[in-house]
Amino acid sequence: MPIDSKTANQVQNLEVDKYKYGFVTDIEMETAPKGLNENIIRFISAKKEEPKWLLEWRLKAYNHWLTMEEPNWAKVGYDPIDYQELYYYAAPKALDRPKSLDEVDPELLKTYEKLGIPLKEQELLSGVVAVDAVFDSVSVATTYKAKLTEMGVIFCSISEAVREYPELVKKYLGSVVPYSDNYFATLNSAVFTDGSFVYVPKGLRCPMELSTYFRINAENTGQFERTLIIVDEGAYVSYLEGCTAPQRDENQLHAAIVELIALDDSEIKYSTVQNWYPGDENGTGGIYNFVTKRGACRGKNSKISWTQVETGSAVTWKYPSCLLQGDNSVGEFYSVAITNNAQQADTGTKMIHIGKNTRSTIISKGISAGRADNTYRGLVKVMPKANGARNYTQCDSLLIGNKCGAHTVPYIETRNPSARIEHEATTSKISDDQMFYCKQRGLSPEDAVSLIVNGFCKEVMKELPMEFAVEAQKLIGISLEGSVG
Amino acid sequence: MSILSIRNLHVSVGNSEILNGISLEIGPGEIHAIMGPNGSGKSTLSYVLAGRDGYEVTAGSIDFKNKNLLELEADERANEGVFLAFQYPVEVPGVTGMTFLREAYNANLRYHGREDADAMQFLKLVRSKAKKLNMGDDMLKRPVNAGFSGGEKKRNEILQMAVLEPELAILDETDSGLDIDALKLVADGVNGLRSPQRSMLIITHYQRLLNYIEPDYVHVLAQGKIQRSGGKELALELELKGYAEFGSEAGK
Repeated sequence: MPIDSKTANQVQNLEVDKYKYGFVTDIEMETAPKGLNENIIRFISAKKEEPKWLLEWRLKAYNHWLTMEEPNWAKVGYDPIDYQELYYYAAPKALDRPKSLDEVDPELLKTYEKLGIPLKEQELLSGVVAVDAVFDSVSVATTYKAKLTEMGVIFCSISEAVREYPELVKKYLGSVVPYSDNYFATLNSAVFTDGSFVYVPKGLRCPMELSTYFRINAENTGQFERTLIIVDEGAYVSYLEGCTAPQRDENQLHAAIVELIALDDSEIKYSTVQNWYPGDENGTGGIYNFVTKRGACRGKNSKISWTQVETGSAVTWKYPSCLLQGDNSVGEFYSVAITNNAQQADTGTKMIHIGKNTRSTIISKGISAGRADNTYRGLVKVMPKANGARNYTQCDSLLIGNKCGAHTVPYIETRNPSARIEHEATTSKISDDQMFYCKQRGLSPEDAVSLIVNGFCKEVMKELPMEFAVEAQKLIGISLEGSVG
Repeated sequence: MSILSIRNLHVSVGNSEILNGISLEIGPGEIHAIMGPNGSGKSTLSYVLAGRDGYEVTAGSIDFKNKNLLELEADERANEGVFLAFQYPVEVPGVTGMTFLREAYNANLRYHGREDADAMQFLKLVRSKAKKLNMGDDMLKRPVNAGFSGGEKKRNEILQMAVLEPELAILDETDSGLDIDALKLVADGVNGLRSPQRSMLIITHYQRLLNYIEPDYVHVLAQGKIQRSGGKELALELELKGYAEFGSEAGK
């Protein structure tokens, strides 16, 4: 029996405004002039003391971008973005390039503390997570650097990597997501400001979780970060990404790129808990999250695993993908996407099987409440030489109330007769029976929904690293407060 | 003094009146059995007591521990000590039995202004209670009721009851779908929970269950009303004669 309208209404009437990360940090900022033109790009490049090749690459991207049109195939609707009304560079003023944590503005440290991300190393979980904190356009701090360097792991901001490890950056930047890839990726290539860079040397199992925490603070600022992770032969890294933003009435644009490169016998586990401000219950404000994430399993027996818990953003447009180039390489995508109120998400993955005996697994859990729309869009493509390729896809949608939508758009394209592809999809509702059962055991309607949804997402949640799993579980409860009962 | 006091209860679902004037007093520690033919309103009574939506009380009152039960939401009633063992326990996919129990137990503690239970101690508590019901750790690790056999589901209900320690337990057709061994196991579990602080309302179609759980009182519910009340011997009489004398519903 589906949930009745009374319950659905109760849910809608509950207090909605639960975004606890919505505060603004009052800090003096240095910004580039508003708008986008070649001079702004030169300004950004100069600020970052970039080599000429990178500036030229940015300009090439910018000029290409001018010829492109914003994509409109996703099942999302939003007001047109005026790209000339945005700031493309914003950095905390006092903080040109802090050498150590002691030099970081205490206001900033406080901000991250409030977000539950203490940057002072001694406060971090007994050294199991190293954090790179990105505040608007710049990376403000990277913890445990010395310890990681000792092991040969490079973990720094991408600006720093451009200065310190130019050959690595030059070799791999844009090698997975070319500057001409898509509208938002091209924009990012022109104006990206900061992000994280990781290199794990041959044979090393990085013993720490590496983590980037993205924070948009400034008003009318686009955040265009860029993450580049290279894991050398036989190496392993687990990388976590968290995101929050203040509560503002205007929409803010976030167009990031993440590129992963896995060489022979290596493994990258990339986990995201995305909790950008989703806008209010009427759909005012919130982040436009237009992100290109792609990993290349370049080496044989390599593996890339994407796990994402998407609860925030007004509009999400995001398809973390795997290019399975190496023979026997493995791609995985585990996703929970929750949309509530007026949120819209069009998210999924692409698994491109190129090498022989490549395998991919896709588990997607979409939860829709309020008036939200949630779309899974995925592509499984098997190229002619990918003998023995296998894919398993499972897409489950859960609806809460009767004004929301769930859509599944799987594309399957195979050019090799030996490929085996399975696709399963379900759509369900939280039933009145389940709600009553939980309530009869003493659970409040909110707790009941949170429990049922967490159960629904379990296959994905268990893929998250421990440090993240607890937070993500709570987040699911919070995201659904006010929209479910 | 009664712990549960139902007076002249009238209940409708949609346009049809299912219960028309039930009165029942249950004292602390008493076990009452409600028997009746299919469609007599037995399950409706259990749902109304537990506070399920969709049942309209058109007249009468229900007091539980001198509180107006009808003013409380389902979760509040549960936390006040009303427990319903479901006729058809519901699946909660992906949520392990252990997690479900812990959430319920902690919700109850919080309702009474107390801190959440210590995880390790709670685990021990549940394990010891599960053992009495012949339930191993594997059952606690499985998602609630998902893929459980009929017997497992009912045992799981009794385990929840044992952990949550309600003051009023309503057992809705707990014997349905059980073979004799499972029935004995469940009955042993229930008998182990008999206490002067716990009253029970056992709803059943057959007398069979009452061979194992001996009630203090037996009531016959037919056509939305209690038609007769008596001691446990009434159950035996019904077993012989059936419900024919209580009206046409019996044939259904």
